[in-house]
This record gives sequence, C-alpha cells and structure tokens, in this order.
Amino acid sequence: MGSRIGRRALLGVYAALVLVPLLVMLAGSFKSTSDLFSNPFSLPEEWRFGNYSEVLGSADLSTAFTNSAVVSTCSVTLTLLLGSLAAYGVARIPGWPGWAIYGFLVLGMSVPAQANMIPQFVLFDVLGLTDSLTGLVLINIVTTLPVAVFILAGFMRTLPREIYEAAALDGVGPWRTYRSITLPLSLPSLAATAIFLLVIHWNELLYPLLFINDPEKRTLPLALLNFQGEFLTNYPLLFTGVVVASLPLVVGYIFLQRFFIAGMTAGSVKE
Amino acid sequence: MSAPSPSPVKTGPAPAARPPSRERGPGRARGLKRRYGHPAFFLFPLPALVLYVIFFAIPTVQAFQYAVTNWDGYSAEYDSVGLDNFRQLAGGDDLFSNAMTNSLKFMLVVVVFQTLFSLVLASMLTRNSRSSTLLRAVFFLPTILSSVSVAFVWKFIYDPNFGLANRALESVGLDALTSSYLGDDGKAIYFLALTQIWFHTGQMMVIFIAGLQQIPRELYEAAAIDGVSRWQRFRHVTWPMIAPATGIVIAYTTIQSFKAFDLVLGLGGNPPQGSLDILSTRIYTSFANSEFGYAAAESIVFMALIALVTVIQRRTVKLTQSGA
Repeated sequence: MGSRIGRRALLGVYAALVLVPLLVMLAGSFKSTSDLFSNPFSLPEEWRFGNYSEVLGSADLSTAFTNSAVVSTCSVTLTLLLGSLAAYGVARIPGWPGWAIYGFLVLGMSVPAQANMIPQFVLFDVLGLTDSLTGLVLINIVTTLPVAVFILAGFMRTLPREIYEAAALDGVGPWRTYRSITLPLSLPSLAATAIFLLVIHWNELLYPLLFINDPEKRTLPLALLNFQGEFLTNYPLLFTGVVVASLPLVVGYIFLQRFFIAGMTAGSVKE
Repeated sequence: MSAPSPSPVKTGPAPAARPPSRERGPGRARGLKRRYGHPAFFLFPLPALVLYVIFFAIPTVQAFQYAVTNWDGYSAEYDSVGLDNFRQLAGGDDLFSNAMTNSLKFMLVVVVFQTLFSLVLASMLTRNSRSSTLLRAVFFLPTILSSVSVAFVWKFIYDPNFGLANRALESVGLDALTSSYLGDDGKAIYFLALTQIWFHTGQMMVIFIAGLQQIPRELYEAAAIDGVSRWQRFRHVTWPMIAPATGIVIAYTTIQSFKAFDLVLGLGGNPPQGSLDILSTRIYTSFANSEFGYAAAESIVFMALIALVTVIQRRTVKLTQSGA
C-alpha cells in the first residue's frame, strides 16, 4: 500500500482521528463551558476538578455506577456459567442431538433485540421483573447466551477426544470431567468470552431503557442518557460523566488490551 | 454481536454417522447410550435452555402473534386484524418507509467504508512490531466505549456553533465546508454513518489482522519468485485467503449497523428526529407510543430484512470464494 511515508502518514492521520476526540473530551472534563468552547484543543486554562466532585456527588450517577457494577458482574458470571455448561453439553453429546441443541441456542444470535422486546416486556411485566436489577441480569443472560455458547462450544470442540476417553476409563463422571478437565483447559476462551460479555453488559442501553423507570435502579448508560437531558449543552459535565462511566473499561483495557482484543474477536476467525 | 455463524449449517449432519468405538466400549452400554453418549450430558445445557426458551425463544414466536393484532399493550381486549399492519407498512406509512430508507443508506455506507478502511489499516499493521501493536491498540480503543459516550463526543464534534469539526475546518481556511451536520436533513444519516465507522472500524481491523496473519508466508515467497506485481499478489493470494474474514466482517458490520439504536438515541434524541430515524428506533418509538401490535409487525419486517441480507451475504461470499 504505497510508499513507506504514505503508509506512515495514513496511520498517523487515523490515529489522530481516533485520539483527538477522546483527548478533547478528557481535557474538556476539567474545563468550564466557556473554556471548552473557546479553546477546545488546548489544556484547561484552569483545572476544574469540581466537575468530578459534582458528577460523583450526584446521587443519580453514583447509584447508577453501583447498579452497573452489580448487574455486569452478575450477568457476566451467570452467562459464563450457564454458557459453559451448555457448551460442554453440546460438545459432548454425540451425533445430531448435540448439534441440534447447539444450533437452537446459537440461532438467537441472528434475532435483533427489537424483534422480541415487546413480548419480553409483557412477560417481565407479568412476572414483576420490571424496575429490578434481577430482571436486567436475566435479560442480559438470555440475550448473550447464544454468543457465549458459540464461542465456548467452538473452543471445547477442539479439545482432543482422547482426554475424555482417558477420563472415562478412570471412571470420572461427566460433572467432574467438566469441572476438573474442560473448565481448566478452556480458561483462555473463558477469559476472552468474559471480557467480551463485560463490554456488552457494561454498555447495555436498550433493556434498561425498556424495563427501568425507577431512578434508583438506573444503570450507567441510562443515567448518562438522562444526564444529557438535564445538562443539555453542559458538555464539560457530560464529558466528566462519560469519563467516569468509561474509566473501568478503559483502565482495564490499557492493562489487558491483548485479552480485550482476543475477547472482542473470539469466535470470529477460526484458529 | 451476531456474526451469523457458518458452523451450524455446514456442520449439521456430518459427525452423526460415526458410531463411537463399538468394540472398545465396556459392553454394558446399550443402544441409546452408545449412540447419544452418557444421558447426563443432556443435563448440562438444560438450565441455559430453560431460560432461553422462556425469555427468548417463546417471546420471539409471540412477536408473530402480536403482529396480527391491534393491541395497545394495556387493554385487556384486542382484535386480530389479520395482515392489516403489514399492509399499512407496505403502503402508507411514511415514517416507516423513511426509517427503512435511512437504515439501508446507513447500512450501505457503513458496510462499504468500514470494510474498506479496516482492511487497509489491517494490511498496514499485520506485522508484529512495537509500533503496530501500539497502533492496533489505539485504533481498537473506541470499540470498548459505550454508544452513549460515543454519541456525546460526536455531538460535540458536530455542534454547528462550537463543534470541533467546524472549528477545525475554519482553522485551516476551509470555511466553505462547514456544515450543520446532524441538523442537515439530507446529510444527517451520513454523518451518523461516519460516527458508526469511527466507533467500530478498529474492531473489524482486528478481525482482518487475524485473517491476514493466517496466510502462510510461503505463498508470498512463491509469488515473489514468480515476480508478480503488488496488485496481482493482492488479487490472487491475499484476497482469496481472507475471503472468510471478509465475509465475517461484512456480516458483522451489517447487523451492527442495523442495530445502531443506542447511537441514534444519543445523537438524535429520544425519540430521534426523522432524518436519523432508523428501523430499530422506529420500532422502539411505536412501542413507546403503545402501538404494540404495530411495533411487533415492524419488528417482523426488521427480522425478515436481517435474515434476507444474511442469506444474500452467505451466497455472495461463497461465490467470491469459489470464483477466486
């Protein structure tokens, strides 16, 4: 692709296109509105840490932060648990039944969320799961189970049969084989899936929007969306909110980027 | 996150034929067990299946039932209206056809440019060096942000009065190019597409890199010995080898762009203005307006459209693979 200089220039331009908006936002979160509007590209004239205490002090956002942490942790853990059990099952059931169950579960990947949200809403209403974090965890689990099973079963099917035959000869039952053999061997793909799920669950907006009315039960993306309504053009405060909301994933990303990238692409290209 | 998997279709019946090692078994295993393995294995997918059926599969089927009613979501009684909802969608619903047009424009622009950009970036960053690892990480970064966060940043970029885009254009003397971006009804959907591309190009780039790194170096060495041009090398070695990755990227990008719901809500408001309204937000708005039956009909069309696009893509990918 062109000369070396052209290549460098292109990569440099794209890096700038990615980074400049993020840096403007980060710097903006320490500015006053007039400072942000008059000097968007410079460092703050005067560092206003007050933006952060205002955002963190706002009951709405700190509650939302806790809710998001609880919902994401539970959703990731339970999806991984149920997904790995299902993946193990379908990888070990020989013949068409294994593939049929797998296909049925994985089919969910091609159903857009808007397609079944209305009956889901009705069901949640009937079961009293609206305005509850449990409901959010539940819907997170079922919507991401398909992709979790897809990735994990894809990995578990590559484990050599001989391991299972040896385990069977030693008289080890299916459950212990799952716990002591398959799970430990699947750690890399479990970790990748966990990160993949974490990014989805942490950023999920549609279901909280549908199911949550109570401000006490809001998650971060929903709280941010409401925040925007309240502080329509107060970009510094909006940016502060965004920084606070993104911080856990971004910091994690900086330390674990290899795994993040593996997670977000797991299952897409066969090894 | 629904890269339509090629595996269930391709792999379906294949491994069924081989009965597992009849002679080596302990002999006690009877027919069923021999054929289907230990029955306990069927218990493992059970919890997942129960939740999935109750909260996902049945609701998906129910969407079809609601779609032929005029239910408002609250009344105890409602009527079946047959295919009236669908007739209205096909005929006289301007809001829906506007959303449909927007969705298709958005999808086309995003798929073409995101695929192109991510392929170009990936081909520049295939080799593992310190600088390319760093750049990959930078390019991937936007993917982990939430759509709401991305929407706020881009709202500021597009702001007609204070926004970064106009400021940057003015500072290099291109005042003529300044625009009101999302305020310009004719172009708003393309600026939405630009944001989506910024958001997800890095993710697609990583898929391409994984595909490119699996090409054996020998192929390039052989090509070098044959003295082929750079273009021929791309056309006859690289392109056929990354056809599967391309298929995945295009499928992924298409579905992601149809689902761009959060971004539209963040940039276009709730409910979004007409110029940014796409199918996913339209369904949501009908739903929020208590037109449950009608929204369900819209969601059926939406599902059908995604299925259709997926089928067309599989076909096209297969054709390119066999033709290459």
